[in-house]
Amino acid sequence: MGDVMVSCKGVKKTFVMGKESVHALRGVSVDIIRGEYVSIMGPSGSGKSTLFNMIGGLDTPTDGGVEVDGCRLADLNSSQLAWFRCRKIGFIFQSFNLIPTMSALENVTIPRIFAGHPPAKAKADATRVLERVGLGHRLDHLPSQVSGGQQQRIAIARALVNEPLIILADEPTGNLDLHTGKEIIDLLNDMKQNLGVTIITATHDMKMLSCSDKIIRIEDGSVKSVDTQASVKVKVGSIDGETVM
Amino acid sequence: MPNATNIPEQTRVSWPIVFSVSLAGLRRRFARAMITMAGVVLAIAFLCYMLVNESVIRALIAEGSDELNVLLQNANVDIFSGGKTDAMTLLLISLTLLTSLVGIINAMLMAVSERVKEIGTLKCLGATDQFVVRAYFVESTIQGVCGSMIGLLVGLIVAVGVSFKTYGLYTFSTFPVSGVLTSLLMSLGAGAALSVTAAIIPAYMAARKQPVEALRVEE
Ligand SMILES: Nc1ncnc2c1ncn2[C@@H]1O[C@H](COP(=O)(O)OP(=O)(O)OP(=O)(O)O)[C@@H](O)[C@H]1O
Ligand SMILES: [Mg+2]
Repeated sequence: MGDVMVSCKGVKKTFVMGKESVHALRGVSVDIIRGEYVSIMGPSGSGKSTLFNMIGGLDTPTDGGVEVDGCRLADLNSSQLAWFRCRKIGFIFQSFNLIPTMSALENVTIPRIFAGHPPAKAKADATRVLERVGLGHRLDHLPSQVSGGQQQRIAIARALVNEPLIILADEPTGNLDLHTGKEIIDLLNDMKQNLGVTIITATHDMKMLSCSDKIIRIEDGSVKSVDTQASVKVKVGSIDGETVM
Repeated sequence: MPNATNIPEQTRVSWPIVFSVSLAGLRRRFARAMITMAGVVLAIAFLCYMLVNESVIRALIAEGSDELNVLLQNANVDIFSGGKTDAMTLLLISLTLLTSLVGIINAMLMAVSERVKEIGTLKCLGATDQFVVRAYFVESTIQGVCGSMIGLLVGLIVAVGVSFKTYGLYTFSTFPVSGVLTSLLMSLGAGAALSVTAAIIPAYMAARKQPVEALRVEE
């Protein structure tokens, strides 16, 4: 077992809306190991995205704490959080979230600029990563000029360009068809194998399980079960991209 | 082992880079930028027309030729006031400037609320509040300054054109170069002040948007 990359300890999140309060997370404790591919599963509204926000330093827990790479996120100010998100986390979104007025290359260049690299170097690095995800021929296209699968590849390149420790992907295949979704998962798995980056995805999607080292099931804000690779194999058996359980 | 004290503050993005990012965005949203600019163009054109007109008329009055005085009287100019702009006109100019100020603020606030997700995404990628403030400030200011320049040109051309139509070549023989230059500078100054002021509120509203917004999926 490697060292712990993400450690959630008793994470609670309550949203107060007027008189009502929604308990989105009711005390979640999980450890995620460096280099693991983790899938977080659970029905809609179970708190997956809320947990992602905590790990990515986008939101603060009502109670409990999150440590990433040994650093307590609650101790960081907003500028330090920006530094942390920029270099340690690569975000991938369900709806891609590319900047519509920027070309593929500019979209991938911008995190590199935020990390303080001069524009020429940032561009060269971005070009290299876009080539790596198979989009070397689409550098100057706007997001609206490429397919959904290609947009998500641009987003993956953007997430990878600063060589993060963790990729946080909240339903990365949610807006893609089965086949394209499978390609995106394969690409993420390839990044895990070859770059050693820790991958955390949230999904309803069974085909995402095949390459997961760990599956965390969440229901109603609590962890229901944590399955490791060995037990996953038994449960999912030979499910491939086209089979739905 | 890292802790809060050895995570540094985020690197600052320099003004020239902010400028090029904003400019690229404006180029690709050109039609939109033109509409936002239209309000400034009109207000500054009006201001510039008024100021240039005043200094041209003054020069014409100062010339004191009889033929000119007839023309001036035919055009209903009060020769004895020396061509000075009256209070009513000043009020009108002020209202126009104010309207255009509110117009830019409104257009920029709309741009901010349309791009909540974009701002959230940029923050996920490492943008600081400061970067967001700067980017929106620059975007609004570029539109304001470009709008002012165009307005300046329009106002000048119209003022000179109208004067030429009424007073013919006298317009040029008495042309008050330094007076007109002062008018142009004053209009440009007003336009710049207007656009910078209008940029402040939207820029801070933009920076207050939270990165969680990036993950919220809306159809
Ligand atoms: N900003 C918020 N204000 C109030 N309630 C919220 C907020 N964000 C999330 N919630 C609530 O918290 C619960 C968990 O939401 P969350 O988005 O984490 O679910 P999810 O597992 O990601 O669902 P999905 O699979 O549909 O994306 C839901 O009941 C939701 O309504
Ligand atoms: Mg969600």
